[in-house]
Amino acid sequence: MTLNEVKDILQAEVLTSNFDTDMHIELVCSTDLMSDVLAFSQSGDLLLTGLVDGAAVRTADIAHVKAIVFVRGKRPSKETVALAEEKKIPLLITKLSMFESCGRLYVKNLRSSINAG
Amino acid sequence: MQDKSAKTAEGVFFITGKDFANAGVASCELKSILEKMGVDRGIVRRASIAAFEAEMNVVIYTPAGMMRYKITPDYIKIVVEDVGPGIENIDLAMTEGYSTASDDIRSMGFGSGMGLPNIKRNTDELNILSIPGIGTTLEIVINIKKE
Repeated sequence: MTLNEVKDILQAEVLTSNFDTDMHIELVCSTDLMSDVLAFSQSGDLLLTGLVDGAAVRTADIAHVKAIVFVRGKRPSKETVALAEEKKIPLLITKLSMFESCGRLYVKNLRSSINAG
Repeated sequence: MQDKSAKTAEGVFFITGKDFANAGVASCELKSILEKMGVDRGIVRRASIAAFEAEMNVVIYTPAGMMRYKITPDYIKIVVEDVGPGIENIDLAMTEGYSTASDDIRSMGFGSGMGLPNIKRNTDELNILSIPGIGTTLEIVINIKKE
């Protein structure tokens, strides 16, 4: 799936100028715990989170996550958006809940990057 | 400063406690240096995660610390020292899920008790020296396998 398809499925708004519509998305990590992204996630393609500060962007950068979707309509600060631009990590925002977002992507065959087993 | 032809590099970052706006900056910079030196992507990820977790511990729990790094063709060594409260029981702190973080820290997505265990799982060698009331030093080594 492309990032553009993710955007459409989640009825998301793009927050950064570095939006690569063809970016390939296959594995998704959904959590508000950045420690879990670092501890359990493989190099995922997409992070779904309600944490909107710079830590989410830096965590994504460290964990080789390609793009971030903020759920529940939570809007990051200008500083966070600027940091994402610098790190070349596209940011999107959806009004959907985490549960709804995950469900919509799962039925379209995206899978979890979390390997806790 | 480091170009792709560089074989070794070393340096230091200073970390300010409770400065959450800049938490992770040192580790992101280290990641960038490793990438510029052409280090394997998987090794960059492991080293960056270990450095990031160690940096977050300094930011969360201590007034200040520093991260020194040395990158050679054979290994990456990262030493993170702080002047924090120290770790009373290192075995307990190594237990996944054990945390003394406040609710404020947890609301920022950290402090879930995965820091030290996650450092260990991403490194080939981890030495912890901690003296309560004085501070903690983490010595991390990640081997770079030769082709």
